[in-house]
Amino acid sequence: MGSEYFDYIRDLLKDRSGLAVSLDKTYLIDTRLLPVARKHGYDTIVDMVKALKIRHNEALVVEIAEAMNTHESLFFRDVEPFELFKNIILPQVLQRRKDTRRMRIWCAACSSGQEPYSLAMLLHEEAHRLSGWNMEIVATDISHSVLARAKEGLFSQFEVQRGLPVQMLVKHFAQEGDYWRISDKIRKAVTFKAFNLLTDPRGLGRFDVVFCRNVLIYFDLETKRKVLDALGGVIAPDGVLFLGSSESTIGLTEQLWPVEAGLGVYKHTGSPPSLAELP
Amino acid sequence: MKSCLIVDDSKVIRMVAKKILHDLAFETVEAADGQQALDACKANMPDAVLLDWNMPVMSGIEYLRELRALPNGNLPVVVFCTTENDIEHIQEAIEAGANEYIMKPFDSEIIQAKFTQVGLL
Repeated sequence: MGSEYFDYIRDLLKDRSGLAVSLDKTYLIDTRLLPVARKHGYDTIVDMVKALKIRHNEALVVEIAEAMNTHESLFFRDVEPFELFKNIILPQVLQRRKDTRRMRIWCAACSSGQEPYSLAMLLHEEAHRLSGWNMEIVATDISHSVLARAKEGLFSQFEVQRGLPVQMLVKHFAQEGDYWRISDKIRKAVTFKAFNLLTDPRGLGRFDVVFCRNVLIYFDLETKRKVLDALGGVIAPDGVLFLGSSESTIGLTEQLWPVEAGLGVYKHTGSPPSLAELP
Repeated sequence: MKSCLIVDDSKVIRMVAKKILHDLAFETVEAADGQQALDACKANMPDAVLLDWNMPVMSGIEYLRELRALPNGNLPVVVFCTTENDIEHIQEAIEAGANEYIMKPFDSEIIQAKFTQVGLL
């Protein structure tokens, strides 16, 4: 692919989803966009770009942006963040919000739903502590197709064996042929919405806990800054942000700081500095 | 080094599992049916058991019940690895004392994920 066409795709992706594609990742463009080009009747990606340059086609542009997003997702991915959430963060929020009895969680870039569903299952296990509480899990993703899959709550045998303890599989899923469907109870505990992280999130409201894991790694520096500042604006003053294990806020935003090195949990400056302040 | 007993009547499956487990730094012992597995456990209790369901002589589930009744038979972490992929079999396995359950076909990623979940890795 000529550099002129590469530049076009790169700018389109940066503009639409913040995705940063370096030259060494051009193979990703080839493998993911050729099927899109073929589907729309073009023999090559270059033909597709040529056509787009002549006449804008919004539906095709959306499809290109969606095809380039990585949707890898596991249940209880990395285990530790969920342990931290259950053992430290949840008890804190339950203490601090005992008057309003309301807790709001946001999974930004939820992909096919494994992360919000993991949280919903975890909260279900803690139901004895949550009676009378209004627990809200908002899960968003930029991709409509992936959100539709998430809402459907239908997972392949391969997917349910990645990270999901078998006891939870038996408890919360029903078998449908080679697939497993998550129970209505868990599905209804999650509200799915289409949302682009490059836009203003304040319409989603304020959150006690935000999970934005393994998303920033795909963004360039400027986009990382912008997204982190925006997240800072919707995380409650005493709320927390979970990032992926290879991500950090350091040097990117003045708003959120690591609670402790290596934990992947971040807080506003001015909020209690450590996690060790249990009631 | 932790030890894992691989119980499967298919030599090919045992070979694939052995390769994956060696990569995860396990010592492996093999058994072709439940009775052989039981004898192996009586001689030397492993840290983990990767267990097929359908085998001649003694099935995986029969072996598991006998194992859990042995002195120290509650110690090994038992992970079923079988083509029986319906919820009734899974429930039966959990009730008999299985710690995890892999539905075939499996790959190294699934074994690694499941072994991590049960604290073997």
